Amino acid sequence: MSDITLNAATATPEATPRNPPVATTGPIAWVRANLFSGWLSTAVTLVLAYFIVKAIIGVIDWAFINAIWTVPVNANGVAQTQACRDLHGTGACWAVIAEKHRFMLFGTYPYDEHWRPAIVCLLFIGLYIVSAMRRFWTWVLIPIWAATLTVIGILMWGGIFGLTYVPQERWGGLPITLILATFGLAFAFPLSILVALGRRSSLPAIKVICVLYVELIRGVPLISLLFMASVMFPLFLPEGMNIDKLLRAQIAIILFAGAYLAEVVRGGLQALPKGQYEAADAMGLSYWQKTGFIILPQALRLVIPPLVNTFIGFFKDTSLVLIIGIFDLLTAGKTAIVEPSWQGFGVEVYVFVGLIYLAFCFAMSKYSQGLEAELNRHRRR
Amino acid sequence: MSAAIETSGVHIASSVRTDAPPAIVLDKVNKWYGALHVLRDVDLQVALGERVVVCGPSGSGKSTMIRCINRLETHQEGRILVDGIQLSDDLRALDAIRRDVGMVFQSFNLFPHLTILENCTLAPIWVRKMPKKQAEELAMEYLTRVRIPEQAKKYPGQLSGGQQQRVAIARALCMKPKIMLFDEPTSALDPEMIKEVLDTMVMLAAEGMTMICVTHEMGFARQVADRVVFMDRGEVVESGTPDQVFNDPKTERLKLFLSQILRGH
Repeated sequence: MSDITLNAATATPEATPRNPPVATTGPIAWVRANLFSGWLSTAVTLVLAYFIVKAIIGVIDWAFINAIWTVPVNANGVAQTQACRDLHGTGACWAVIAEKHRFMLFGTYPYDEHWRPAIVCLLFIGLYIVSAMRRFWTWVLIPIWAATLTVIGILMWGGIFGLTYVPQERWGGLPITLILATFGLAFAFPLSILVALGRRSSLPAIKVICVLYVELIRGVPLISLLFMASVMFPLFLPEGMNIDKLLRAQIAIILFAGAYLAEVVRGGLQALPKGQYEAADAMGLSYWQKTGFIILPQALRLVIPPLVNTFIGFFKDTSLVLIIGIFDLLTAGKTAIVEPSWQGFGVEVYVFVGLIYLAFCFAMSKYSQGLEAELNRHRRR
Repeated sequence: MSAAIETSGVHIASSVRTDAPPAIVLDKVNKWYGALHVLRDVDLQVALGERVVVCGPSGSGKSTMIRCINRLETHQEGRILVDGIQLSDDLRALDAIRRDVGMVFQSFNLFPHLTILENCTLAPIWVRKMPKKQAEELAMEYLTRVRIPEQAKKYPGQLSGGQQQRVAIARALCMKPKIMLFDEPTSALDPEMIKEVLDTMVMLAAEGMTMICVTHEMGFARQVADRVVFMDRGEVVESGTPDQVFNDPKTERLKLFLSQILRGH
């Protein structure tokens, strides 16, 4: 029986392959081909290079060379920022970060207990890293998450194990952003899969509920949902029962993200060839076996780019909780420069906060590229 | 190619079991796609061990008919009985039927994210509740029978079309079905690969498997079929032994179809 994978090259010997000519491969060749391939291209390259170098030098000047890194603090504890103001525009005043970074990162959390939210942030980062490694993609992940989130709760609230109790109103900064984003997306993703499957269900009741959920949520801005959660929700609850503000915001974010992610997942379910569903049916797999083994693994692989896109977007949308008075990272940054001596240094603050967001979002983006490449290895021959 | 409907071998001995109840019964089956009447009063009985080849021009409803047998399509009128169980909306009956009916598709429909071995062991493990080791041995046995045991750890994307179709056949066989349905299994293959898949199907037929095969490979029909059913525009026009259908067509439509097939090669 002929094995078709034996290709013709082994059947008849050809001339030994030669190396490609140097001028057409390698970095020099790339530069020649892309940057200096003709008169127009060379001219554009030189002009752009001039502007790029000028901009880089300008940024280095502002951010590093002319920058002020600390300012003196007078006897009353008020910072003397005159030197910074004189330099406004030509040099960055990183002193604001040096002075205010703890407020920006941890909000109004008691100063002495800042080690607790700091550990919480590290725990979150550790949780992300562990969850990202495919080696851990088994049932062991559930107890890991449960244990880590319990420890995070204990650290933030305190009250036991000798830790002082810190009420939720005093939480702020990076831990709030991470809590809202992590819980939000961790619950929204499974919800979205169920809703996407429900929209394709043949049972009319389930289908209608899922369609209504998606369309209603997508029809309103997140801010209005947060308002509704914060203001209207308590009106519907029985007397005396109170859900704290953070939980209300969390539920609103979960519902909102769930609706958007559901449509992304549904796109993946639709993109899968019908033959996959049919082959699974023909083998006698039940609905959940088919969905879990055949459909979802393929559908989710297909939609990794829009999924991660939505995740990154929602990570930053957590900053909207400013509207209901919760101090996330961005709001804490803004509030840090309300103090008269530090007014006007918004650029440095936003650069700092922006870099933190960038770190998380870029990590997510890079991770998704790696995940895509790894999960789609079966498609490469 | 199969010009002038030559045979590629001796006709396989019949294995029809007349003592057992019929494996498949289609009784006045009608199906509409919206307003389009695609199956008209289709009557068909397939005995256990019988091998039926269904042929006809495209759009004649052949694929639709066999897809109704394992309820990938639903029929609106008439009865379909598989192994004595009537096809209806009852999910448990449907599960029982699908466990015993294997299907091979024109576009293979292998699961690309699983290895060949995993493709074959998935259903035995989760539907027949077989332990993993036993399922893997079973899968390797069938992969050896279709002559590709060395590909077990590869992914479907790394195999040729003929190999993929043979894996699809092995995958269906791993469920030890009583009936095999083939929906144009070689229509998407190169001529060199068609032979290897047909040989596998001939081997299966020689072992006495009940099969319904929709195909254009008339040489295969001559060699294997106990009965050839000719369908056109949703109806069963003629049916009989390969000799009767190919050498002694009675209706004009069949004569037209045969002349086109012969001319085409």
